[in-house]
Amino acid sequence: MVAQSLLAAISAEAAKHNARPISAKISCGRLYSINEEILCFAFEAIAKGTPCEGVKLVIEQKPLQAKCRSCEKTFEVDINSDINCPACKSSDLDMLPDSPLLLEEIELEEEG
Amino acid sequence: MFKVDIKKKILDANEQCAFENTKLLAEKKIFCLNMISSPGSGKTTILAKTINDLKTKLKIAVIEGDIKTDIDTRKIKATGAPAVQINTNGACHLSAEQITAGLHNLPLETLDVVIIENVGNLVCPTDFELGENAKLVVLSVAEGDDKPAKYPAIFSKSKVLLINKMDLLKVVDFDLERVKADARRLNPGLEIFPISAKTGEGMQKWYDWLLTQTG
Repeated sequence: MVAQSLLAAISAEAAKHNARPISAKISCGRLYSINEEILCFAFEAIAKGTPCEGVKLVIEQKPLQAKCRSCEKTFEVDINSDINCPACKSSDLDMLPDSPLLLEEIELEEEG
Repeated sequence: MFKVDIKKKILDANEQCAFENTKLLAEKKIFCLNMISSPGSGKTTILAKTINDLKTKLKIAVIEGDIKTDIDTRKIKATGAPAVQINTNGACHLSAEQITAGLHNLPLETLDVVIIENVGNLVCPTDFELGENAKLVVLSVAEGDDKPAKYPAIFSKSKVLLINKMDLLKVVDFDLERVKADARRLNPGLEIFPISAKTGEGMQKWYDWLLTQTG
């Protein structure tokens, strides 16, 4: 579903500008089950024969963040280790929502 | 060559549909849970027991998601509760559009709670909003105590964790405290209820939580 939605969004944008898509930048939170290799493979497969054939995907993973309840500092979280505020060492914190899966920008080339 | 700034949610279509489901459920004053777990953790058994035990207090319906068969829907219907089956035919998760169709096949006017039993899978269902009020994750003790560490996304996005098959605790190596600590590390507010849907152990606390959500 991710690859299909991506293909539709890139195709629509390219058509709007009457241009050929070259690459697309995507970002997503750390908790999304997005594997770069698999997404690129799936996208390549469904893009065959469409204006998106050959479009290069660049995927940026955004770190998970937490906010300290004691000193209100916002900081990056490593999900594989203990989570404490780097400023005041408190472990009383709120996890911030994971970044959404976003199509950030597309690189296009004028047709012709 | 030129760049165009887009900043568009890739799963926008699904989220739009989930939002419509949320609106419909709110309008009908229905509390909705998206139940996620590995295959075989006991989701359907928990639901059947919950429906039976809360029969006089809550009108519960179930949307069953499975790759194949209507085995689970038949188990739910045997309790007398309304249930609809969605077969994904290979897809590893439910999408919001399928829930819209499911909701339209339920007697919404008569219901207090809709529970969506997602396809058995701890990974993919986590990424797709269905319009639920909260996610409910089930882990059975036989699956091992390393699951919150290995599958952090679902444990951090859920409101409730049911640790099922507590009657098997004596015969498996399962460190309950480790599970609680790992799950709460990413989700400090997570409600955790150790239960056995088979013996009934611990079920009352889960029922009490469900009853408070439905006012």
